[in-house]
Amino acid sequence: MKNYIDDLNKAFESRIRLGIMSILMVNDSVDFNTFKELLNITDGNLASHAAALEKLEFILIRKQFVGKKPNTTYAITKKGRKAFGEHLDGLEKLLKKRE
Amino acid sequence: MNQQEKQLETLTEIRSLMERSSRFISLSGLSGIFAGIFALLGATAVAVNYGFTFDSMFYYGKAELETGEANLSFYIFFGIIALSMVVASLTFGYYFTSKKAKKNDLAVWDSSAKRLLINLFIPLVTGGLFCAILIYHELLPLVVPSTLIFYGLALLNASKYTLNDIRFLGICEIILGLASAIFVKYGLLCWTIGFGLLHIIYGTAMYYKYER
Repeated sequence: MKNYIDDLNKAFESRIRLGIMSILMVNDSVDFNTFKELLNITDGNLASHAAALEKLEFILIRKQFVGKKPNTTYAITKKGRKAFGEHLDGLEKLLKKRE
Repeated sequence: MNQQEKQLETLTEIRSLMERSSRFISLSGLSGIFAGIFALLGATAVAVNYGFTFDSMFYYGKAELETGEANLSFYIFFGIIALSMVVASLTFGYYFTSKKAKKNDLAVWDSSAKRLLINLFIPLVTGGLFCAILIYHELLPLVVPSTLIFYGLALLNASKYTLNDIRFLGICEIILGLASAIFVKYGLLCWTIGFGLLHIIYGTAMYYKYER
């Protein structure tokens, strides 16, 4: 019997990382403030989780300036899309098996 | 909480985040109902002012004075009616929508709202300008079908950024608009059905589906 838990990616265990990936799956590019609003988290919390996902090459972080204000936008990478898709499939299989 | 419940909750949360971040879901059905009511009031005002008939050509005939000159009061009357309907519908629409957003603890004005409005207004403003051009060329009978067609196309375009159900309303408006372009005699009747009746039906359906 296959152990479906192997399909679950450890990188997505935290609620915030799951949130970041979910939002980026359906949006081309999302800015910092939109994330904060949707996920209801603090600046530091968001920045550290985003940095971790960037390190895994699951997301791209782009820093720009709009006038004098810094503006950070995020986008998902091909690798991130694939990994998160597999993670979702894993969750689904796990649930189906237990029904 | 056991493992399964936790995973189910995770999936629910993922789904909700995907939906909330890509679509504006606070659009209230009551907005639609009120827009429909204002359209019916507008049509009533026209019937009261000029007398009631199903024949739209009768009303279009009022646009010209017996001397052959343009009847300014006709254009002012219809302009005021149209403007007050738009303002009233948007005001009430905003009110009910912000109320729904507050109830669901969501922001009214976020990137999904912005995206929805931009995609709604591009075809809508195009239609408005096109209608102004039709009036400029004195092609009055085609104005009413054009409002329906462009409004339908605007809704169809906006449906990608809000509750998908609005797509169906858009398609109905387009069909009605095309029909009223063939049967121009019944243009105003089609307009009243499209902006009045269909809005009320759609709004009621949405209200029962999502807000009760």
